[in-house]
Amino acid sequence: MQDGLSVYGTQLSSRLLVGTAQYPSPAILSGAIKASGAEVVTVSLRREAGGSRAGESFWTLIRELGVKVLPNTAGCRTVKEAVTTAQMAREVFATSWIKLEVIGEDDTLQPDVFGLVEAAGILARDGFQVFPYMTEDLVVAEKLLGAGCEVLMPWGAPIGSGRGLNNRFGLEALRKHFPEVPLVVDAGIGTPSHAAAAMELGYDGVLINTAIAKSGDPVTIARAFALAVDAGRLAYGADPIMPRDMAEPSTPQLGRAFVDLSHA
Amino acid sequence: MNGKELEVGATTLAALLDELDYRDVVVATALNQNFVRAVDRYETLLEAGDAVEILTPKQGG
Repeated sequence: MQDGLSVYGTQLSSRLLVGTAQYPSPAILSGAIKASGAEVVTVSLRREAGGSRAGESFWTLIRELGVKVLPNTAGCRTVKEAVTTAQMAREVFATSWIKLEVIGEDDTLQPDVFGLVEAAGILARDGFQVFPYMTEDLVVAEKLLGAGCEVLMPWGAPIGSGRGLNNRFGLEALRKHFPEVPLVVDAGIGTPSHAAAAMELGYDGVLINTAIAKSGDPVTIARAFALAVDAGRLAYGADPIMPRDMAEPSTPQLGRAFVDLSHA
Repeated sequence: MNGKELEVGATTLAALLDELDYRDVVVATALNQNFVRAVDRYETLLEAGDAVEILTPKQGG
């Protein structure tokens, strides 16, 4: 089941989305994105000292990769900040896509879900196609869909933690409640097995940054993540067996040699 | 500008970008936390105490 992912009318063949921050060098960033097969990368806007033009060279590199960009509002803590940043990003990156972050807590970078819903509504009414970074809360999901979001991006664990899927039950419940909504696990994935697990739950994609950028070999692990996402998706479509509490012989018992001798 | 106090001669946002050597750089601008489109920079007048944000593309997660 090597099918694609459709978000806001855009068809993607890769279900792995990749962040562009924290790489050791632009060359490694470029190599990792290519190895990942990702067609969407996240980008941001930041202050720059006059004359350094680092932003310009970064933007040139991304454009040369030919990938679609998903600008974020990372670091925004109020609705006003997030909305203004989104408006600025739309102009610079020439896209209506926005990964909406409204951060509510500094230690966990947990989303402020109240501000998130409010900002999502404002942006959707202004023509944005919003990818909200959220918790796995069902009520928040319902509110975000009502606000105009067509994609939801629940966290697996706190950003950069690499802890994987902290609340598997909650993620499963979200999947079951919204079977038709594209769901992408964003944040917290640390290893390819975490990515595969998310895909096995029926998630439509994963967004990974730190686990690739901060690994010892970003290019190789980017490829590993790509394989894991494909493996997880294939497994989800293959109806995996359910776990059991007790053993069940996998080798047929009928015809086994000596089967009754001990009791003769 | 970008959180730092600055004395400038520019009286419009467009002139400020020129003065700070952003003439040919891809940037987004905001004035007092409100987005200012590129096409509106010429008519956007600056006053003492205004907070200007000039942002450029950067790596993001």
